[in-house]
Amino acid sequence: MSSLAVRKAPSTAGATGTARSRPPLRGRIAPVPTLTLLLGAVYCLLPVAWVVIASTKSGSELFSTFTFLPGSGFTDNIADLDAYRDGIYWQWMANSGLYAVLGALLSTGVSAFSGYALATYRFRGRETMFNVLLAGVLMPPIILAIPQYLLMAKADLTDSYWSVLLPQILSPYGVYLSRIYAAAAVPGDVVEAGRMDGASEWRIFTRIALPMMIPGMVTVFLFQFVAIWNNFLLPYIMLSDDERFPLTLGLFTLLEQGANTPALYTLVITGAFLAVIPLVALFLVIQRFWSLDLLSGAVKS
Amino acid sequence: MFALFFALPIGYAVWLSFRKVHVSGLGLGSGARSEVWAGFANYTAAFTDSELLDGALRVLGYGCIVVPVMLGLALLFALMLDSEKVRLAPFTRLAIFLPYAIPGVVAALLWGFLYLPDVSPFYYVLDRLGMPQPDLLDGGPLYLALSNIAVWGGTGFNMIVIYTSLQAIPAEVYEAAKLDGATPTQIALRIKIPMVAPSLVLTFFFSIIATLQVFNEPTTLKPLTNSVSTTWSPLMKVYRDAFGTGDIYQAAAEAVIIAFATLVLSFGFLRAANRRNKRDLGPGGAR
Repeated sequence: MSSLAVRKAPSTAGATGTARSRPPLRGRIAPVPTLTLLLGAVYCLLPVAWVVIASTKSGSELFSTFTFLPGSGFTDNIADLDAYRDGIYWQWMANSGLYAVLGALLSTGVSAFSGYALATYRFRGRETMFNVLLAGVLMPPIILAIPQYLLMAKADLTDSYWSVLLPQILSPYGVYLSRIYAAAAVPGDVVEAGRMDGASEWRIFTRIALPMMIPGMVTVFLFQFVAIWNNFLLPYIMLSDDERFPLTLGLFTLLEQGANTPALYTLVITGAFLAVIPLVALFLVIQRFWSLDLLSGAVKS
Repeated sequence: MFALFFALPIGYAVWLSFRKVHVSGLGLGSGARSEVWAGFANYTAAFTDSELLDGALRVLGYGCIVVPVMLGLALLFALMLDSEKVRLAPFTRLAIFLPYAIPGVVAALLWGFLYLPDVSPFYYVLDRLGMPQPDLLDGGPLYLALSNIAVWGGTGFNMIVIYTSLQAIPAEVYEAAKLDGATPTQIALRIKIPMVAPSLVLTFFFSIIATLQVFNEPTTLKPLTNSVSTTWSPLMKVYRDAFGTGDIYQAAAEAVIIAFATLVLSFGFLRAANRRNKRDLGPGGAR
């Protein structure tokens, strides 16, 4: 965890980031912790390993051969998936990417700005606003989704890309994290100094505060990205045209249809396998920059 | 922005919950259906509805399995990662955290297949050993099956949160403890766990919220089994009422009740946790 992002991230927990020095490993290993962790890893990797292997099986192999023996149908499965409804699967994947990238970018921007404003300015109703925000973090998504759906219907926006993108731009959790981060990363003196020099508030935010907040905002972006990519309920409610489905919803409908026709099982499994790849890849790349002590710091503020 | 996507929907939901459709005459013609004030009728209907109560009880049972198991495992793994002379820590840490990146729907789908007798490796092994094969997708085992999905998806995330705060404990504390002759187990129980208590409170809190809002996993398993009804969890019932049977007013009332219950539970919990921390650590202690 001694990545750049972590070291830069301020934390109310004190001196985090730099892992404390340990005695070098000399031959001896602790068997109990190592074994426990290995068991945990096996448990967590099992379904992933299963889907990797199952996606290589043809329909008949899936039901006849032992689960963890690779099959011979991988390329056929991909071709089947590609042929299914003229390659709608790729459309779903592109949709997921669009929702996640655009949604996460916009919502990180909004979060950074509101978090900064909440942390820096004293204005009437600030505490109320913050408490409402906290309540928003706890609010079951469906409470918002029903009226959001009805409002979207009034604006004639249901079943459009907008209906999934817009509600996710304001993320109470993102604003909450940003406020904590802004309070820790942007010293009040610096903002004061900027004012003394005659910089406008907007200029202070974009030129001084924002660069200081970048490491924390990377975390917020990643959280939003994963949250939107994995979101199911909102598109489930908003969309009916499967051309606009994200992957989660697409796979779900595929499973629903496939429940009675085992021939579709291989499609679902191959689809699930491909759906896992982008996020796992992203995950492996960014896990070094994942500044999670921002999260654990959040509890103490 | 805030008002448009947040305050307005909540206000609208509360308003809807007090309304209902009044059908006059035979319900034909454009003027026959009109929205009228319903008072608390939707709320009384919701409170006397056994489906909602059953759903709440199911989620309670589910939560009683998920939260302790998930946090227990997360704490265990975090302590193991933090212990000395452990091998393969980076690999196992990543492996255990990996399920966090997998969408809940896909996770439920994967486990769903692993539960299906036709394709599951567990059943294959049990079959070869000549052992009885339980139906994981029915009755009591269904709770275990659903809980397992949540535990699988959530342990890694909580582990990282706890592990990060374990790393923040200064090394001097351990040196002092070692000089006093404490064993690793004693250090873990007496020093590490109390010092990461704030993180445990946080993870506990988030786990409860997530549990109350369970929707994706049972919905995804539904096509695979008949035992998951459309009203298995309260949120599923809200969805069914709003979009299945089309009674958005009833659904709004139920949604408001669930939101209210969630808020009362969470703020109550936060206050209780605060009071405890203040007592333990004195004023100015971790909040």
